[in-house]
Amino acid sequence: MRYSAFRLFLEGLQGQSGWKPVWRDAAPQASYDYVIVGGGGHGLATAHYLAKVYKKARIAVLEKGWIGGGNVGRNTTIIRSNYLLDGNEPLYEFSLKLWEGLEQDLNYNAMVSQRGILNLCHSDVQRDAYRRRGNAMILNGADAELLDQDQVREMAPFLDFENARFPIKGGLLQRRGGTVRHDAVAWGYARSADSHGVDIIQNCEVTGFRIENGAIRGLETGRGYIGTKKIGVAVAGSSSRVMAMAGLRLPIESHVLQAFVSEGLKPLIPGVITFGAGHFYISQSDKGGLVFGGDIDGYNSYAQRGNLPVVVDVLEGGMALMPMIGRARLLRMWGGIMDMSMDGSPVIDRTPIDGLYFNGGWCYGGFKATPASGYAFAHLLATDMPHETATQLRLDRFRTGALIDEKGAGAQPNLH
Amino acid sequence: MIINHPLLGPRDSQEFVYLGDASLIDRPNAMAETALDDFHDYLYLRDNPAGSHKELWFHEQGDRSWLVVTRDVTTHEITDVELASDYAKRRGRDR
Repeated sequence: MRYSAFRLFLEGLQGQSGWKPVWRDAAPQASYDYVIVGGGGHGLATAHYLAKVYKKARIAVLEKGWIGGGNVGRNTTIIRSNYLLDGNEPLYEFSLKLWEGLEQDLNYNAMVSQRGILNLCHSDVQRDAYRRRGNAMILNGADAELLDQDQVREMAPFLDFENARFPIKGGLLQRRGGTVRHDAVAWGYARSADSHGVDIIQNCEVTGFRIENGAIRGLETGRGYIGTKKIGVAVAGSSSRVMAMAGLRLPIESHVLQAFVSEGLKPLIPGVITFGAGHFYISQSDKGGLVFGGDIDGYNSYAQRGNLPVVVDVLEGGMALMPMIGRARLLRMWGGIMDMSMDGSPVIDRTPIDGLYFNGGWCYGGFKATPASGYAFAHLLATDMPHETATQLRLDRFRTGALIDEKGAGAQPNLH
Repeated sequence: MIINHPLLGPRDSQEFVYLGDASLIDRPNAMAETALDDFHDYLYLRDNPAGSHKELWFHEQGDRSWLVVTRDVTTHEITDVELASDYAKRRGRDR
């Protein structure tokens, strides 16, 4: 069923009785040509592009829980492409371009809102670094503007410009950045994939891989054995657990990242604003809640909840940036599990096992990358070649030394 | 989280810096034939289990000792704490 204003009008006349579930509750078949493990944003996007762009058929997406119940529902919904390094920026910029056409592509309202992202700088040195970053972005086809203090003041007069320790000197603005309704991304991709014949199989946990002579033959699941020669794993947060079933160790640690939402307020914050002196970022949802977050807790965790010291640290960052948020009440907070990779950048690549492909290591960057990650992973699955925007996101870069370390922090996942 | 320091008693985890998997104690032999592979695995690859995890914490805001903490990473419950030097000696290192 295509969605349109006319359809809405028609259903209004018919008492809204014609709407149907947007994807089938598929039961697993005995075999598929392609199996995507993980029904999150990345897995569903992969299935969508594999079916729609690469014209493949007999595709299944296996999800342990339910669609939209993982990290695609546990993020802060920000989209941007303000990366520095050539290994990353083309993929994120490709992703932003896909976001811009996403709703038309999916025929689904994902509430893509390009309200801009502003990274504040607090020293001359930081301004120089932002100028360099902005130029790197522009060289990769993205947009970037360096703002001085007056321009920032005009956009966001409520910031604490005269903070004694961290005065605001200016900022790097990407106007095409913004926010997207995260659940709608999962639902839109699921609906589109389903309409292209993809079987979305929920409550179907993978319990093992069948590998013969170094090649994939199929996988064991909670709902029986499924034969297939190509498996794409997109389960960031749990990558190590799933890939361990294939005997692989990954350059990844799992860490918990907390996020917060305040009570609903009137429109207050234009776009996304990030504090440059600590780790704090904030935006306002369409319902009015302030959505914000900061650093990961910093120790291995699969608990989906963090601890109080990081809560305090995040709120202190918020108070330093905009003291007015001290008057807002915190409504809820939660934790999501990140694949923190050894250089802070993701992996979309083949593995040493024939027919087993891996997509993970997204650190904080997973949500914004959803469309391009799916596109590039579908390209890899369909053609066995890396997509042109993902040529450096290799699993063996830790062996060859071609790391993509935006922060220059080294092999210390909790510092990325 | 409260880490029960073997010498100082219960301490807030905020006093510590986290390094990672305690397997970092088992530094490979640089003279071995397989040193290149060994160091790649040592530096970059992790088991990253969802369950009991032995990990290194440094008491930076305290007595500056290294500890090996055994913690369930699905619940954050700490089940065992010992000095990293004791742990390392048990694994055949001289310090």
